[in-house]
Amino acid sequence: MSPEDIQLIVALCRQRAGLKVDPARTYLIESRLGPLARRESYGSVSELIAGLRARREEPLIWALVEAMTSPETAFFRDREPFARFRDEILPTLSRMRGPETIRIWSAGCSTGQEAYSLAMIAEAGVGVETGAKVEIYGSDLSERCIEKAQAGLYNQFEVQRGLPIRQLVDHFEKVDENWRLSPRIRQRVRWRRLNLAGDLSQVGRFDVIFCRNVLCDLDEAVRPRVLEGLAAALPADGFLVLGADESPLGLTDAYRPITGRDGLFARNPAFRVAA
Amino acid sequence: MKTCLLVDDSRVIRKVARRIVEDLGYEVAEAADGLEALAWCRAAMPDVILLDWHMPVMNGLDFLRQLRGEPGGGAPHVVFCTVENEPARIREALAAGACEYIMKPFDGDIIQAKFAEAGLITREGIAA
Repeated sequence: MSPEDIQLIVALCRQRAGLKVDPARTYLIESRLGPLARRESYGSVSELIAGLRARREEPLIWALVEAMTSPETAFFRDREPFARFRDEILPTLSRMRGPETIRIWSAGCSTGQEAYSLAMIAEAGVGVETGAKVEIYGSDLSERCIEKAQAGLYNQFEVQRGLPIRQLVDHFEKVDENWRLSPRIRQRVRWRRLNLAGDLSQVGRFDVIFCRNVLCDLDEAVRPRVLEGLAAALPADGFLVLGADESPLGLTDAYRPITGRDGLFARNPAFRVAA
Repeated sequence: MKTCLLVDDSRVIRKVARRIVEDLGYEVAEAADGLEALAWCRAAMPDVILLDWHMPVMNGLDFLRQLRGEPGGGAPHVVFCTVENEPARIREALAAGACEYIMKPFDGDIIQAKFAEAGLITREGIAA
């Protein structure tokens, strides 16, 4: 890749999806775009970029931007946020909401492990004594990730990173050498492709938004807007769950921290959504 | 120091697993089959046992059933580590008293994740 190629990739990712791509990490760029180049029948990433310059086709541009997102995820990743969801957030919400449906959004869900982890907790029914329905929604920028999430099919390595064995035998069936989530769990989650840097005013209402390890991959300039877009989707008593070392403080006054709960934020009731 | 007994008939697997488990902060002992493992347990009950299924002399499942009937044999956390990956066999292992289950091939990440699920290690190191 030439410096001009890298500049084009960095610029497209920033313009289209607010993604921050470090131009110095050429190895990362090559490894993320290599599979796309092969799928599109180019001999190399350089040839892919040359093709992109020549054709400037929207689907190819988006395929490139989507391929640059981080696919890193795992079932019950970091454990703590899920224990907190089960033991604190769900019981609190079900007390406040009564029999009303509780809606959870996994924003930037990659291949779906986070959304399915939440669905397995909801399926166990603990913390929701009111019998309220818990609906889970997963969104990601990458169409390919959403397709994989929807299929609910994971390899042996993926089901051994974070997933307790009891959950594996309770909720998955073995299909050849892979593992597929049961229809019960799959039916709990709805999926859509969504650009968090785009217009979020029509996404709907969610009681809890998980958006973990997503902000860190976004350009600093778009982070406040994304956080405020998420806040607008939360009711006044809703929660935002970020990565353990991520925070909206200093970027927007839409949230307030919850003492002693790293990565957990409540919507600031004083925050007004811009008209 | 907490102790972990590695039970596997493959010396190569034991060597690989030893390095990973030692890095997690355990003192490690090794046994090549279930009978040898039982002898170890009778002499000094380990905190954790990483257990292969298919072994000569006494297999992992027979070892586990016998262990759970021995005095103090309910205490160790037993994590299976085997090529056996049929759900029915995994359920059988859990019913016999296994706490967690690793399907081979494994790597350091998987052992670390599974030890964390069994409550054996936290982000800070070995659980109290």
